[in-house]
Amino acid sequence: MRSRYITDRSSRVLLIVCASLSFVVLLGIAIFTLRESLPALTQIGLLDFLFGTDWRPTDDKFGILPMIVGSLSVTAGALLFAIPLGVGCAILLAEVAPHRVRQLLRPAVELLVGIPSVVYGLVGMVLVVPLIRQIGGPGFSVAAGVIVLTAMILPTIVSISEDSIRAVPKSHKEGALALGATHWQTIWRVLLPASRSGIAASIVLAMGRAVGEAMAMIMVMGNAVRIPTSPLDPARTLAGGIAVEVNYAAGLHQSALFAIAVVLFLMIIVINSIALVIMKRGSHAQNVC
Amino acid sequence: MKFRRVWFLLPALLVVVALVVLAGCSSGTSGTITEGGSTTVQPLAEKLAAAFKLDNPDVEVIIGGGGSSVGVTACNDGTVDIGAISRELKADEPQLVKHLLARDGIAIVTSPGNPVTGLTKAQVRGIFGGTITNWSEIGGPNHSITVVAREEGSGTRAAFQEMVMDKPDPAVQITDKAILLPSNGSIKQTVKGDKYAIGFISMGLVDTDVKALAIDGVAATEENAKSGDYPIVRSLYFLTKEQPTGLAKDFIDYCLSSEGQAIVSDEGYISVD
Repeated sequence: MRSRYITDRSSRVLLIVCASLSFVVLLGIAIFTLRESLPALTQIGLLDFLFGTDWRPTDDKFGILPMIVGSLSVTAGALLFAIPLGVGCAILLAEVAPHRVRQLLRPAVELLVGIPSVVYGLVGMVLVVPLIRQIGGPGFSVAAGVIVLTAMILPTIVSISEDSIRAVPKSHKEGALALGATHWQTIWRVLLPASRSGIAASIVLAMGRAVGEAMAMIMVMGNAVRIPTSPLDPARTLAGGIAVEVNYAAGLHQSALFAIAVVLFLMIIVINSIALVIMKRGSHAQNVC
Repeated sequence: MKFRRVWFLLPALLVVVALVVLAGCSSGTSGTITEGGSTTVQPLAEKLAAAFKLDNPDVEVIIGGGGSSVGVTACNDGTVDIGAISRELKADEPQLVKHLLARDGIAIVTSPGNPVTGLTKAQVRGIFGGTITNWSEIGGPNHSITVVAREEGSGTRAAFQEMVMDKPDPAVQITDKAILLPSNGSIKQTVKGDKYAIGFISMGLVDTDVKALAIDGVAATEENAKSGDYPIVRSLYFLTKEQPTGLAKDFIDYCLSSEGQAIVSDEGYISVD
């Protein structure tokens, strides 16, 4: 009895230590990033930093607006393609596809998540960039970034959306069919609305991944620090901006990169909080049903 | 019950593994030289290290990249024994001990399919400064120029800026429309694939994939760079914090010996002996 008691207690302590460790790491990263960014934020000034359009670290010019625009435009573009494709694929997997097809497709989609982003970048650089070049411009462009990023975030949307469509109680579907609705009407009017919180959460999570992607974007977007005026123009993302220059940076330049990290950190926190709220509301709504 | 006990062994096992690994690391430092910095020097340093190892099989030479600025900071804070730079030390950087390893021309490269074969230095300034934007302005096809450059902090970019863009006054900045790529290799890859692209890379890396343009009528060849006729030539240095001692000294001495300098020439750089 006694040994059992000890095991029980010690395992609990161990678990608490593990759990708090991850929290401490998170807190440490946040504090360190913030501390390192302070010199830049105070010397450059928050407004000049966020809304300046010139990024020339050798001349002490640190404006990140072009990178913010780059990040937002490539993320928005990727969502534009990935949402209809992803939700469509989720419907196919959850409702339409025969069991065998699903058994093949679902692991394939899940495998896509595991491919390292540098591989996406490499394929994009060799395949997508020359293709865009045929249309016009240098090839390294927002458009190339959008295409690569779409492929990268698609699996997130597909797998979470499919799960949430499957989680809709069977009675909903049966009820709709019993009332004479066609299969498509059931999907469109009953299943999708019932699973919208899960789908929305998948989109927000995908957005988080898109904003944070650095490696693949460096390889296909050309990294010019300039507000892009067309999808064929090169651009730099916030995450890409850090990764391209971190090796070289020292002093104020390095601090400015940490300040970019803070901006990125805040963006991710906001995006993830939105996802949490949506998911919580979703589970609440399902309980009411 | 048994299963649970195994669980508790796991952390202990991890600790043991970690200790063994750490112990292995610390005992391995003797007989190791680390070098890092300029990506221009990197391929040359790898060849030199391989040759050095043939004579000293027990010595491990670890060659890294990162860029010239990394070479300076890593050498200064002791992360590497030897730093490498492909530009001059800046006034605000720690003044480390420089060892002139080789000289290297910077070649202005286009795809082999591009009809332009030579430019003046002023035209190169115009292209990279963003005032010449169409190939037809410099005797090529009527198509916009894709300017490809290195990112801020690259030694090749700094040397190019210093030798081409800064002189004569006033200095011109590399256009913000330029595609910025993080290595000589990716510039080569891009220029090779895009008929309308122009970039600059270390002359030692020029091969049949890209075409090096003549500058002011002087072909971009090793002989012309060595004689001083080719106008864009810079120095490559190894850095040490103090006067080198021990293994680091052996390696640097080897690189500067006639044997090492022969490798420098073989790799397409300009020897300094």
